[in-house]
Amino acid sequence: MSKHFLSDTSVLLGRSLRHISRSMDTIITTAIMPIAFMLLFVYVFGGAINSGAGPYVNYLLPGILLITIASGISYTAYRLFLDMKGGIFERFQSMPIARSSVLWAHVLTSLVANLVSLIVVVLVALLMGFRSSASVLQWLAVLGILVLFTLALTWLAVIAGLSAKTVDGASAFSYPLIFLPFISSAFVPTASMPTPVRVFAENQPVTSIVNSIRDLLSGQPLGNEPWVAVAWCVGIMIVAYFFAMAVYRRKVS
Amino acid sequence: METKQLQEPAIYVRGLEKSYKELEVLRGVDFAVDPGSIFALLGSNGAGKTTVVRILSTLLSANSGAARVNGFDVFTQGASVRESISLTGQFAAVDEILTGRENLILVAKLRHLPSPRGIAEELLERFSLIEAAARKVADYSGGMRRRLDIAMSLIGNPPIIFLDEPTTGLDPQARLEVWQMVKELSKRGTTVLLTTQYLDEAEHLADRIGILHQGKIIVNGTLAELKAMLPPAKVEYVEKQPSLEDVFLAIIGDTATTTDVTAQETGKES
Repeated sequence: MSKHFLSDTSVLLGRSLRHISRSMDTIITTAIMPIAFMLLFVYVFGGAINSGAGPYVNYLLPGILLITIASGISYTAYRLFLDMKGGIFERFQSMPIARSSVLWAHVLTSLVANLVSLIVVVLVALLMGFRSSASVLQWLAVLGILVLFTLALTWLAVIAGLSAKTVDGASAFSYPLIFLPFISSAFVPTASMPTPVRVFAENQPVTSIVNSIRDLLSGQPLGNEPWVAVAWCVGIMIVAYFFAMAVYRRKVS
Repeated sequence: METKQLQEPAIYVRGLEKSYKELEVLRGVDFAVDPGSIFALLGSNGAGKTTVVRILSTLLSANSGAARVNGFDVFTQGASVRESISLTGQFAAVDEILTGRENLILVAKLRHLPSPRGIAEELLERFSLIEAAARKVADYSGGMRRRLDIAMSLIGNPPIIFLDEPTTGLDPQARLEVWQMVKELSKRGTTVLLTTQYLDEAEHLADRIGILHQGKIIVNGTLAELKAMLPPAKVEYVEKQPSLEDVFLAIIGDTATTTDVTAQETGKES
C-alpha cells in the first residue's frame, strides 16, 4: 500500500466530516425513524407485548439501535454516489494519492456519523425510561458489536454507492435492512411466532446481535450468542468488503 | 525530472485501441506532444477524446497500444504518471459543500505539499476568487467554478495538464478567461493537452492540432499545415460585420480580454 495511505485517508475523512457537520439534518433524519418506532412501540404497542421483566424500552432498545445503523448507512451510499457522479472522484483517482483511501474515508465517516446518531437515540431512550445495569466493560462490548455491525453494513453500502445508477437506487438498498429487525427478537420474543417465521427469525443475524446487546445491557450471563453475533458481523463485513473492492477495481480501471 | 525527459515527447501515444464490449471507440490512435506546447485534440461528440484523456490519466485501461506521459508508462507506472499530471475533467470536479479556499487546501494536502494555506491564498489571488473564497462552491457561477477547477489542477505545478473540454457550457466571457489561463500555463512551460469540439478554440490556442475521427487521428499538424492541405484561399472582399460575440462582449464592457485575444489572433496569422 502507498506510504501516504494514512495521511490521505485522514485528509479525506476531514473533508467528509465537514460535509456532515454542514448538513446535520442527515444525522437527525437518520435518528428520526428509529425514535419514531421506539415511541410507537413503547407507548402504543408495548403495553400488549409480554417481554418479561423490566420496562419494554429496555427490551426494545437493541433492535432500535440496529435500525438506526441500517438507516444511517443509506447516507454513506448516497455520499459515495454523489462523489462518483460529480467528477471529484475522478479528480482524486488521477492524483498521486493512495487510491483506496478514497473509500476508507467514506467508511470511517460512516462510522462516525452512525455513532453520533446512536448517541442521539440512546439519549432519547434514557428520557423514555431506559436504564442499564451494565458495567463500563459491558458498554464497551456493546460499542464493539455496534461498530462491527456498522462496518459490515457500511461495506454493503459501498457496493450500493459504487454500482447505483440513480440517487434513489443508492439509498433504496437499505430498506430491507431496516425491516430485518422486525422479523427477529428485536420487538417481540420469537417464541410466539409461527414455526417457519420463528426458524427464520432465530437464524438470521439480527436476533443474535440483538440478544447479545440485550444481555450485555441488562447484565445477564452471556452464552454463545455474542460469538455468533460477532461471527455474523465479521462474515458479512469480509464478504461485502471483497465485493466492494471488486466493484471498485472495475470502476477505476 | 523535467531535464531528463527533455528529448522525449511529454506525451507519446502509439497504436492505442479501446473498445467497450462491441463498440470500438479508439482504433489505433497515434500522436506525440512536445514539452511545453499546447496540443488540441479536436473531434465531434463521441469521437473518443475523453477516452484518450482518461487512459492517459490512468483512469481507464486500454486494450492495446503504448502510451507514455512524462516518460512514464501509463499502464505500468501509474503512480509516477499521476505525479506528473493534473486532470481537469469535462464537468468541474469541485466539492460543492466546501468553500473555494477549502477545495484548494484539500488538493494541496492531498498532493502532500508544505503550507497548503499559502498555496490556496496565492491561487485565490491569481484566479480572482478572493472575494468568493469563504463561500460554498454550490453558490458559484459556472465560470467561477471552472476557474476554481483549473486552479485546483495547477496545485503542485504538474508539468503536464489535461483539459477535457474546458470551455463546454461556459459563457463567452468565461471562455475567454479560460483561454487566457491556458496561454499563461503554456508560457510557464507546462505541456497542455486539451480536447475540444470548437474549431475556433483549437485555432486560437493550439501549437498543434490532431483531429480525432472514427477512432483515429486522421490529421495532425500545426494550424498552418492544416490550412495548407486545403486548396489555396481565394481573395474575396466582404464587409466585416461584428459577430454577436463581439457585440456581446463590447456591451458588457470586457474590452481588455477581447482586444488581447484579437491581437494574438492577428499575430498568429501574419
